[in-house]
Amino acid sequence: MDLQTLWFVIIAFLFISFFVLEGFDFGVGILLPFMSQEDRERRAVINTIGPFWDGNEMWLISAGGVMFAVFPKWYATLFSGFYLLLILMLVALIFRGVAFEFRSKHDNPAWRSFWDWSIFGGSLIPALLWGVAIANFMRGVPIDSSMNATGGVLNLLNPYALLCGITSLFIFSLHGAIFLALKTTDTLKEKAMSLARTLWAPATLLCIICMACTVTETDLYLRLGINPGTVPVFSVLALVSVIFMLQKNAAGWAFAMTTVAIAFSTITIFMGLYPRVLVSSLNPAWSLTIYNSSSSLYSLGIMSIVALLFIPMILIYQGWSYQVFRQRVSKDSELEY
Amino acid sequence: METLFLARAQFAFTSIFHFFFIPLTLGLSIFTAILETAYVKTGNEKYKHLTKFWGTLFLINFAVGVVTGIVMEFQFGMNWSAYSRFVGDIVGVPLAIETLLAFFIESTFIGVWVFGWNKLPKALHAASIWIVALGSTLSAFWILVANSFMQSPVGYKMAANGSQAEMVDFFALLFNPSLWKQFPHVLAGGVVTAGFLVIAVSVWHLCRGTQERNAFETSLKFGAIYAFIGTMLVVLAGHAQMQNLLTTQPMKVAAAEALWESENPASFSLFTIGDEKGLKDVFSIRVPGMLSFLAYNTFEGEVKGIKNLQKEYAVQYGPGNYIPSIVTAYWSFRFMVGAGTLMLFVSLLALYKVIKENYTFSPMAGTLLFWSLLLPWIANTSGWILAEMGRQPWIVFGLLKTENGVTPASVVSSSELLFSLAVFIVIYAALAGTDLFLLKKYASAGIKTAE
Repeated sequence: MDLQTLWFVIIAFLFISFFVLEGFDFGVGILLPFMSQEDRERRAVINTIGPFWDGNEMWLISAGGVMFAVFPKWYATLFSGFYLLLILMLVALIFRGVAFEFRSKHDNPAWRSFWDWSIFGGSLIPALLWGVAIANFMRGVPIDSSMNATGGVLNLLNPYALLCGITSLFIFSLHGAIFLALKTTDTLKEKAMSLARTLWAPATLLCIICMACTVTETDLYLRLGINPGTVPVFSVLALVSVIFMLQKNAAGWAFAMTTVAIAFSTITIFMGLYPRVLVSSLNPAWSLTIYNSSSSLYSLGIMSIVALLFIPMILIYQGWSYQVFRQRVSKDSELEY
Repeated sequence: METLFLARAQFAFTSIFHFFFIPLTLGLSIFTAILETAYVKTGNEKYKHLTKFWGTLFLINFAVGVVTGIVMEFQFGMNWSAYSRFVGDIVGVPLAIETLLAFFIESTFIGVWVFGWNKLPKALHAASIWIVALGSTLSAFWILVANSFMQSPVGYKMAANGSQAEMVDFFALLFNPSLWKQFPHVLAGGVVTAGFLVIAVSVWHLCRGTQERNAFETSLKFGAIYAFIGTMLVVLAGHAQMQNLLTTQPMKVAAAEALWESENPASFSLFTIGDEKGLKDVFSIRVPGMLSFLAYNTFEGEVKGIKNLQKEYAVQYGPGNYIPSIVTAYWSFRFMVGAGTLMLFVSLLALYKVIKENYTFSPMAGTLLFWSLLLPWIANTSGWILAEMGRQPWIVFGLLKTENGVTPASVVSSSELLFSLAVFIVIYAALAGTDLFLLKKYASAGIKTAE
């Protein structure tokens, strides 16, 4: 395996971690208005992700930073070509980020309500936009011979991409509902379970439609073959199985299955792309690949040492922080601020 | 409007705004960590109250620093795609290390610290805020590795086809002389910023006769020492940085001094009104030999002037204008140094009061100590304006001009840029207002509310 491929795998890993971890905290944010109208209960819902969301978001930030270092042309083409989508995503992440901190700092119903809706919108928009973005990675954007992606925002908001966006929105919501069922008690837990059961059918249906459209809209199945292998199949089977676990009240297993579904779908996408990172809709030769967009071998080497040192450390201390805050949260818990 | 102008305006606006919050994050994280360590060592509840009080202000400030930082990281690719392709091989590496090393520990342990008061042993809890402070410091270090390269490129070679710069020596980047002047200067700037805020809020409470007098006396004591140490370091590091610039970017020094012709010994400008087009003084008061003294620690030695450097650069880099905005460089330098000098006096006054254990303030002293809290922000902002504007026309000194780094208009149009700039201005104004409202509320409410 060459260094470019190693880095393709590491970036795929960063995206998987981001979708799995921030996926459930996006879901919790989206479900916040549906979970409860009562202030202490809402605080309890927020506190299920309180210690984690910032660390989870770093998987995205690090994916961006790492992309800049190891595939600078991918970073440059993607971030400039998806300009308005990213502006929208930044606005969402700004509101969401300060909302967690500001919400309880002032005792006024209008204030609280404003920040609660910021958490909702700030979670919903990125959950949707990530589906849109990934769909366009696969479907292709008008990249010219000098690696510039023209075409603007309307080109990105095509029906297929929007379908993928709504799908990712529902899957993250389902993932978040199951996380809430794992982390809350009593009425909050029941509410989360019932939301999860409601969300399962549209999430699964959308996922299957989305995969079908991927056959016609992208070249992924041409590349992966008619029998695309076990990875996408497992991804769908995992999602289908969630309802049986929810009916048995086995939220832990259900969470494991949504995790598998998200991880395996992401792996499928990256497998279908390889060795490309951004498909050109104008000319296959103008697609960005891990080879024409990568840094020098020296920089890749330095980054490899850095990643092999630090990513295991991150997994250890983030895992530890999940361990510290493993208890369920209820409105009667001592709620930090 | 031109995309180049709009992209620069947006970068300037978002980075200046971001840096309103970063120095305070740097300085206040360490300050909070010191207070909590005092609590763990002594068991005195007073320190716990103070930790929570300053910790709350820290968190309100931290949140805005984090979200505006994400914008910075995305913006290189969004608005400066040609720059990103050109130097990603080099500048991307420290930025990636910043995310993997600094951001992760900062954001994970801030969660542990906020939510862990009753879940962790005391010492471990205090350790977590130290780790946050370490994360912030490392973050500053790695971003400055990138910035130092842009100020003074080292450890690179040009690719065979000239399309990009490539890293050949990672350690040259780490031991870049510019970095080791810039990093202490920025870090000390953070300490000063937090120190002056602590002084201002403590004095405000002491003048008001707040009940928790003893706690704010302690706060003032810590704050005054902290601010004094920070100010000394920031001045020393700044001096060293200016001396270093004489070899790396003499044009920046000449512009900051409005020194048109090379001089030996060179004079220091106290006040100049210049003719920027004609490159000459309209009116100027100068101290003879002083600039040479500042540059070489002796009253002799040549400092190169703007006109001479322009000629040299035209030979070295080809025809073009290599003179930055002199008005901007000259006045940002004076605002920075002026604010720094005032900070030295104010921190001495605060230190004197603390040593004398005299915690009553005349209305004038109270007002002075309170409003001095603005000084570090003036110095921080004008310092960065000098650093970045004084480097123009280069985005990476000697390698890439700013005009060649911007995303082509066919990818990001001027109307898209105008839209995003307007969005940032509106949102950031609202953020600033909200943040100030909360900081004021929690700072003035005193220690009980922070519990």
